[in-house]
Formats: sequence, C-alpha cells, structure tokens
Amino acid sequence: MAGFGIGQPVTRLEDARFLTGQGRYVGDIDLARQAHAVVLYSPHPHALIRSIDIESAGAAPGVLAVLTGADAEAAGLGGFPPLFMPAVRGELIGFRTLRPILVSDRVRCMGDRVALVVAETLAQARDALDLIVVDYEPLPALVDIEAAATPGADAIWPDCPGNVAFTLRHGDAAATAAAFGRADHVVNLRLRNNRLIAAAIEPRCALGVYDAGAQSWTLYTASQNPHGVRTMICDSVLRVAQSRLRVIAPDVGGGFGLKTNPYPEDALVLWAAQVCGRPVKWVGSRSESFLSDNHARDQVIEGALALDATGRILALRAQALHALGAYTFSAGVAPIETALKLIPGFYDIGTLDVSTRAVFTHTSPLSSYRGAGRPEATYLMERLLDEAAVQLGIDRLEIRARNAIAPARMPYATATGMVYDSGDFAALMRACAEAADWQGFAARRAASERAGRLRGRSIVGYIEQGGRFNDRMELRFDPSGSVSVVAGTHSHGQGHATTYAQMVHEWLGIALEQIRFVQGDTDQVPFGRGSFAARASLVGGCALRLAADAIIERARPIAAGLLEAAAADLAFADGAFQVLGTDRTVSLPAVARAAFRPFGLPAGDAVGLEASGSWAAEPPNYPNGAHVCELEVDPETGVVSIDRYTVVDDIGTVINPMICLGQVHGGLAQGIGQALLESVVHDPESGQLLTGSFADYAMPRADDFPAFDVGFRSTSCSTNPIGIKGVGEAGAVASPPAIINALIDALRNEGINEIEMPATPARIWQAIARQRGDRA
Amino acid sequence: MATINVNGRSMQVDASPDTPVLWVLRDELGMTGTKFGCGMALCGACTVHLDGAPVRSCSLPLSAAVGHRITTIEAMSGTPVGKAVQASWVAQDVPQCGYCQSGQIMSASALLARNRKPTDADIDQAMSGNICRCGTYNQIRAAIKQAAASLTGRA
Repeated sequence: MAGFGIGQPVTRLEDARFLTGQGRYVGDIDLARQAHAVVLYSPHPHALIRSIDIESAGAAPGVLAVLTGADAEAAGLGGFPPLFMPAVRGELIGFRTLRPILVSDRVRCMGDRVALVVAETLAQARDALDLIVVDYEPLPALVDIEAAATPGADAIWPDCPGNVAFTLRHGDAAATAAAFGRADHVVNLRLRNNRLIAAAIEPRCALGVYDAGAQSWTLYTASQNPHGVRTMICDSVLRVAQSRLRVIAPDVGGGFGLKTNPYPEDALVLWAAQVCGRPVKWVGSRSESFLSDNHARDQVIEGALALDATGRILALRAQALHALGAYTFSAGVAPIETALKLIPGFYDIGTLDVSTRAVFTHTSPLSSYRGAGRPEATYLMERLLDEAAVQLGIDRLEIRARNAIAPARMPYATATGMVYDSGDFAALMRACAEAADWQGFAARRAASERAGRLRGRSIVGYIEQGGRFNDRMELRFDPSGSVSVVAGTHSHGQGHATTYAQMVHEWLGIALEQIRFVQGDTDQVPFGRGSFAARASLVGGCALRLAADAIIERARPIAAGLLEAAAADLAFADGAFQVLGTDRTVSLPAVARAAFRPFGLPAGDAVGLEASGSWAAEPPNYPNGAHVCELEVDPETGVVSIDRYTVVDDIGTVINPMICLGQVHGGLAQGIGQALLESVVHDPESGQLLTGSFADYAMPRADDFPAFDVGFRSTSCSTNPIGIKGVGEAGAVASPPAIINALIDALRNEGINEIEMPATPARIWQAIARQRGDRA
Repeated sequence: MATINVNGRSMQVDASPDTPVLWVLRDELGMTGTKFGCGMALCGACTVHLDGAPVRSCSLPLSAAVGHRITTIEAMSGTPVGKAVQASWVAQDVPQCGYCQSGQIMSASALLARNRKPTDADIDQAMSGNICRCGTYNQIRAAIKQAAASLTGRA
C-alpha cells in the first residue's frame, strides 16, 4: 500500500477545517436559550469560610442561579475522588481526598471553587459574582514541598499528619549501601524540578444541557477523555447510571495531560443546567486557567551514583519529595509513580534504592503534563551522569555508552519493575552524536570564544513508557461501502484521523477518502479511554488491527457467496477477496454493500459489516532515544541561544513520519520551555500565585528555537503485533537535562556547576557575575 | 449600532464601542474562526487584519475598527496569499490541535503580503507574538518559506 499506507508522510486529512476557521471547539458551540456561568475561586491558599452571603448576587439583574457548596450538599451531589491510588504488592495505599465541586468549609488552595453564578449574559454573571461576600479567615499556607514535608508542619488534612499522602520505594537498601561502600567514586546532586502548567491555548470550557423529559444530561467539554469524564461525573458526583450522561469532546485545543480528567466546572454546568432548565456555558479566562488548572512537576530530589574506577555504575540512590497539591486529584498519582520507576533510564543498574514521598501543599493539585514523571526521572539520571563524567574525566558519550543496556540483554528487567523489550541504546547515542558532529565541537567552541561567547554541549539518553490501560476500536461500514473508524482514543492534535486511516488503508485497502473518523462522543463511541501517556498508537493501533482482521473474517463468507466459491478458497489482499488460482475478485467495499442486502445473506450472518477490537498495554512499550544539544551563552546578558539540537529516536514502527516529527518537536518545545523559561511561582510567605498570565509565565515562542534535526532509528517493539512504540512524550522527556547539561558545560570554566530550572537570563547572568566578582 | 467592514461586507452590530472586536466577531456575527487565548494580546490566537496589518482582536475595541477593513480567517481562502499559506500549511504538516492556527495564518499572511522573501529573522519577528503550545514553530517557518516561494513563482 505504498503512497498512503503505514510509514508514508501522508498530509493530514483533518487539516482543512483548522486552516479555514471551521474547527469546532467547545467555545464555538452556542445553544438556544444558553445561559452563562462564572465561578468564584478562592483568592486564599488556605482559609476557613465563616460565611457566604449570596443575597445581593442572587437579586442582581439577569441572575438565574447562585449555587454554593451547601446547595450541592443539599442536592446530594458528590465530589471527585482520585482517579486511582498507588498499589504496593497488590494493596492500594495512600491518603485519599474527596474534592468537592464547591467548597463550603475550608479552602486549601487558590482556585478552590466556592460558588457558581449563572446569568442571562456573561457580563451579568460577572457583575453578580462581585456581589458575593465570603467571610474568609485566612490561615498560614504551605505552598513549598519542603516546608510542607518538614516534621511538625501544620497538617493540610487533619487525618494526614506530616502531609505525606504516600511513600513509594524500589530496590534494596542494604545492597545499595554496600555498593556505595566499595565505590571508587560517588557523585551527589540535589535537584529541583520546576512547577509547570500545561497552558493549552484553548482554555478549559464546558457547556451543560439537561433534558428534563429524558432525565439525562449532555456535556460538551474540552477533554482528552470523554468516557472518563462520564464515568467520574456519573459515579462520583451525579450518582446516576452512565447512560444518562452524553459527553462530547469535539475539537480540543491542546491537552498535554491537562484535560485528561474532569474538573469541578464540568459537573457544575450540568447541575446548573438542571437547576436553571437552560443550557449553561462556562469558558475559563486565562487567569482563571492559571488559578484553577492542574499544575505539574514540582519535585525536589537528592540522588547519588556509586561508580567504579572505569565509570561503571555500581549503584544508584535517590529520595524525592513530589508535590500533590491540595488534593489527591485526577491522575496526580501517575507522575509520582513514573518519576520513581524510570530513574535508572536505559542504563544497566542492578542495585538501587529509590524512594519518593507524595506531599500535600496548599496549591492547585498536580497531575499529568507531557511526560508525567518521565522528565523528572530523566533529569536526575542524566544530570548525575554528567557530574560523574566530569569527576572521572571520562567523555560524556563514553560514560553513557559504557553503562547502557546492551541489546543482547533484552528482554531486560529493571530493578524498578519494568521489562524493556528492545532497543540499541549505545548505537542510538553514537548515531545522534555523529549527526550532531560531536567531533567538530572544539572548533566551534573556539570560534564562540573568539566572539566572546561561552559554548557548551550535551548528550543525553532517555527511555520512557508508552501506553497505559486497555482500549477499544471499531470499524463500521455504511450501506454505501465507506467505513468509519470509531475510536476509543481521542485526538486533540496528534493526527489520529490520518494515522488510523493509513492503518486501515494498509490492512484493508480502502481508499483514504472512503474512511471517516469518529471520536469524542460517548453516544457514538461505545467505550474508550481517550489519549494520554503516548497510548493511542499502541492500544488504538493494535485494537484497530484486530478489528481489521475481524472485518476480513466476517466479510469472507459474504464474499464467498458473491464469488460463488468456498470461503476457504478465498485470499484477501490489496483490498479485495480473490478466488485462489483465478482472476475472480470482489472488493471489500462491494462486500460491505452486499452485507446490507435485504435478503440473501449467508445463514446466521448479521446485517451490515462491522467489527471491534480491543488491546491492553500489558506490557506497555519503551520508546527511547538520544538528544545532543549545543548552545551559546552571552556572558554579558545571560541570554542562551540554542545553536543546534539533534535527536535520534527509536519509536518502533513509524506510521506517519511527518506526524511523528511534529510530536517530537512539540515535546522539545515544552521541555526546552521547562529548562529555560517556564515556572509557576507562589509567594513563599503569602502563598499567593504570582504567575497568573502570559505576562508572568514565559511561554516558548517562535524565536526561542533553532531548526531541530530529528531522525528515527527504529527497532521494532517485540511485544505488540505492529512493532509500535509511543512518540507523544519523547521530546519533553530528554530535553530539560539536554539543555541544562549543555548550559553547565558552557559555564563550567566560569566555575559554575549548578543552575536551577528555568535557567533564565537573569539567573545565568547572576551566576556568572557572582563567579567573576569572586575572582576579581 | 455600529457599522463595520468584515471581509469586504458591511455589517451592523449591536455592541458597545468598547467591546473587543474578538467578541463582536464571535458573539455578534457568529464568526468563530477567530479564537480567544488570553484576552491580553499576549498569545496571538485572536489575530485578524485591520487594513491588512495583523492586530490582536481581543484588545481592539469596536470603536477603533469602525471605518477600517477587518479581515478574518474565514476570508483567507479567497486571497492569493491566504491560499498559498493554507496550501503550504498542509504540505508542511503544520497544524496539530489547530486552535492557534487561525492566528498563525493571519500573522503569516500579513508578513507575506508585505515581504515576499522573508528571512528566518523576519519570520521570527513576525510570528513571535503567536504562541503555539503544540510547538509547531519549525513547521510554520518552513511553511512560510514554501508559501513565499510559491507566491514568487520559485516553487
């Protein structure tokens, strides 16, 4: 199926609407008699609510309803438990919270939802919101992880003294201590992984509808996972059967983990629609997004490597504090688990002792954001390896190659419980170094020096985990013989309409223009789990493969009837059944049309042609790769310019190289943003959020990046039938250490061997000025 | 009532003079191709053309648009520059989630309307006010160059 099948750079089938203003996002949908909602968010990181006076607000012009936590309780509405908690030896552990949809007693973070106002117009709702009087008693706030985890710190949840929701540990403490005891070299680092926000350019938004006759709801929401939204809201908030709620996630303007799970507003608009008897729409402003969206990362970790004289790693030790925010909310547990188990990366480290504590703070909850724990893990390992290389006087590529797991060791079980199936990590790193002209660095550095600039470089390896949970895909022909891919996953930028169509074209020979794509609607898609954790290629792709195989088998007896041959004598190839040894064929669309005939179908066969397939990420896959970064620092200003950035990734079978490149580029932009630009900042004293707009939170822009050189050098994944590995997280995982290691390499001759993320020009300039001042 | 010219048509709108053009387009005229991103002219999602120049419609009051020509994404297929940009956007696989792309296309086409041979620095300067969280910046740069080449007959 050359041209449009698997591996081809097919241009995206879904692009036209995005280029002409015809995309349909939740904010673009208006319904008849729609009312507008605004939310009152807590301005305090920690306070008791003494009273809430809604009288004036309720009497304001155009106001249809003012709802508070007391009303929610009276209506019998529930709240949001965590999506899951960690399991240790099969037992669920940890302190669970229930996040109310509206808080009535004690706010535990800025952005806690306190009241909802619904009015005829948005302006009226906003005016009325200002009339609500909440009598808060502000209390001291713990916004910093280390402060919250300090013994004796006030308990954020009374039943969780110490503020540690759970502790996770892998490895063997005694064996690790023994290895450190006999090491020739030990390197230590203490690192902070900065707090980020996904900041999708489409803010979160929701539109709720209640049908009083059918006693059912419809929710339009910007979500990566509409079925997951339905499950959480029906089971935990509305407490109704899931068939009574239809969730539609149409075009979604960026997810990145932010929109994986529902937020209080999703439930609030549904409840308000029922109360008001009108559709109710809520669209977050940018500052409300900074205040009320989940945040991500925020980890402090101490790590150490024990090495022998040749640079072989003998053991690894690490202990982390990782922020949860005010609640165990959404998938907040996932990044904490992943940040721990991926620490050894693709290096052969049989002995380790790693642990992490999940810490409550008086801040927005933290949950998934591109990478979700993978970047934290990779940051520690790759920073430690550079320190080790410097201490031992070994080339930084060489120390990595010496410790990388050899292909002959596959499958390789890590000491943290993962089993890597494939990969040639040392070869990837050498290929990346070659592509980046690793050998030509000295001349370039000398040229930079002559220009008064400091040049540094890095090489970084990473491995991550792609795929999670199971999912379901369906292929459904219509009576005209065209086919719909009905996806349990959700595409919000990943190009699934195109990649799945390429697969169907490859396997069933259907022309791309005859393939339609259906997703994001719980009434049209029987079940699914959406997209996150680089899962769609694995669980969606493999489930689609099984559905395609099933279509061929269901079509075979019908084709046999049409060809007047025995089913066993038919072969399927290039989109048609052929009677073996003859030139008699019938195309699959023709068979599909025949399957809708009003009579004459094979006995026992169903009308129509459709099939589903399911696949579970058991096991997941392990995408991996190498990054080389080379950058310059202007010591007079502290400004960093990335001169070249080279990536060689092993993502297994590449379905569409252009789409995969886009995914890697996107990850790079976000990872480089973490390293150089982005940081969610709270005032440590007042606990107030200081970064509430794009004026305070530095987003990566067009002029921050060079042209990336990204290549694929794939080894097929051996644990799934299409050899696929995920691609969505890759770029964001390795780029923070690639940038920071290159930056420290540039600054080491200045006497600087540590710089915190984000490495802003101010921080870099201060570090240089301090060193030069000390020397002067 | 105010009268504004949108995509070559005269439109009557019932909105106060300080209403941002973004909301006039979206709420009064039902033209939802122009997107809200930040409301502070910091992200570029709402970019439209005012007499051919790129402006952030979230921060442009209706009163400032009266007597000027507003052009939105909905009209770009009808201009040679718009067509070239849309074609190169597909060929270079630019869009991911698509949300910021209306604004990106408006900024890019305004650049190409006045500069048919933009350098990387020209492109960065023209486009650095448009945030793309999907990180499509490299592809945008390539697509602008491809569109420039096609417009000058070099493709």
